[in-house]
Amino acid sequence: MEKNTSQALRTLLAAIREKGMALVFLLAALVSILCVGLICVFLFANGIPAIREIGVPEFLLGRTWKPGNDIYGIFPMIVGSVYVTGGALLLGVPIALLTAVYLAYFCPDGLYRLLKPAVELLAGIPSVVYGFFGIVVLVPFVRTISEPLDGKGNSIATASILLAIMILPTIIGVVEPALRAVPRSYYEGALALGATHERSVYTAVVPAAGSGILAGIVLGVGRAMGETMAVIMVAGNQARMPKGIFQGIRTLTGNIVIEMGYAAGLHREALIATGVVLFAFILIINLAFSALKRRDAA
Amino acid sequence: MSNTFTVKDMNLWYGDFHALKDVSLDIPGGQITALIGPSGCGKSTFLRSLNRMNDLVQGCRITGDIRLCGEDIYGGMDVNLLRKRVGMVFQKPNPFPMSVYDNIAYGPRTHGIRKRAQLDEIVERSLRDAAIWDEVKDRLNRSALGLSGGQQQRLCIARALAAQPEVILMDEPTSALDPISTGRIEDLALDLKNDYTIVMVTHNMQQAARISDRTVFFLLGEVIESGETEQIFSLPKDSRTEAYVTGRFG
Repeated sequence: MEKNTSQALRTLLAAIREKGMALVFLLAALVSILCVGLICVFLFANGIPAIREIGVPEFLLGRTWKPGNDIYGIFPMIVGSVYVTGGALLLGVPIALLTAVYLAYFCPDGLYRLLKPAVELLAGIPSVVYGFFGIVVLVPFVRTISEPLDGKGNSIATASILLAIMILPTIIGVVEPALRAVPRSYYEGALALGATHERSVYTAVVPAAGSGILAGIVLGVGRAMGETMAVIMVAGNQARMPKGIFQGIRTLTGNIVIEMGYAAGLHREALIATGVVLFAFILIINLAFSALKRRDAA
Repeated sequence: MSNTFTVKDMNLWYGDFHALKDVSLDIPGGQITALIGPSGCGKSTFLRSLNRMNDLVQGCRITGDIRLCGEDIYGGMDVNLLRKRVGMVFQKPNPFPMSVYDNIAYGPRTHGIRKRAQLDEIVERSLRDAAIWDEVKDRLNRSALGLSGGQQQRLCIARALAAQPEVILMDEPTSALDPISTGRIEDLALDLKNDYTIVMVTHNMQQAARISDRTVFFLLGEVIESGETEQIFSLPKDSRTEAYVTGRFG
């Protein structure tokens, strides 16, 4: 009788401990959801009224940003972010994809042990250090080569090159495992038909990793779009419509950082609204990413 | 009938493991040769040596002499050309994740055929030869992954045929299939042996007895016995062969 009671007590305690731990995990998980929720609430509560006051078309499509005169058009910054991101993809994606293919299917073991950590290190460098590299190396370089075109060192081109370097590890980090995850039977099937190693990799393995490759590129877009510090340091930051790839530009992220320190009133709210637009962009990119992942899993 | 493959004193090691021991074997053309034996006896390893797929295995070492129509395949022969001449069908159907058409056209395109009309013709002929044309002719542009397992395997056979090989190696081509699909593949193999030399690894003794002309029995990396299928199954010379084909072990 007594033995049974203590047995039951122990079971009960174990159950409570189990439930308790589950609760702890749940709370930990809720923290991140709570953060996202709070950010959303803060952004929208402060940004939406400003957009309404300025007017949606005037805000999104207005080509003039003059907070001193209460004119808040962020179209130049939207274009700036799109140009800089597009330029980064144009330069970065081919290099990243070829690197990933090389790492997964061509790299000798010895070189891999050197290359892989190098790529990972690239991901860990603080963006301000990238910006510094941009100022010291890329800005003078672009200024020199664009001199005949009356180009500036702080320009779309410079920011694109810098961002292209920064998204390399992001894309490689997703694409290389995607390539490795392609069933070996595809590769062997192609070889057995008389295809060379190169042809097997590029025509049988790479297409099979299509959605993984797309996912990597989408993540790269997100990284380029959201990058702030490095871009501010090399982009020139003029809040006007870009006049050429060797001219300065201001991005959405740059706009917020540069003016937030002294902004007040509607100006301040307009900057928060800029954040809303940026958030919407990133949200779309993330949704696209998870849609791709779902399709991959199916 | 002349021999397609002649193998003399072949030895194969995976690292320190001696997987094939002094294999000497002739594989005649225009026939189906079945390789049988218990798991791990080296029959698949032997098959994959005939188109040098073992080159992919690290630490694999081969000595001896394997000739395809008199040419030493481990000598100066271009390995990609060898694999064009010696097609392969794998245990698990492995169509590429692309359209039916592109799957079949993969081999011809690899070997430099670009003209659409010529490709169309090869695709249709290969699919007809593999007895799957009627099932896929209306969905040539849809993904090959939507086909059933048996259809996928016949597609893989068609894909191998499209490269215009002389030999087709089949590595347990029906072990992942249901009995009806298996029957279709067996009928297909019987049709194809008029134009191709077929070497097939099988775990299914009835299958070997049903469709092969010659049977080779492997045990622990050695060829125990090879000969006419009828003789192997009715009057085996070696007691180990007899024990295996009558189902006493393996």
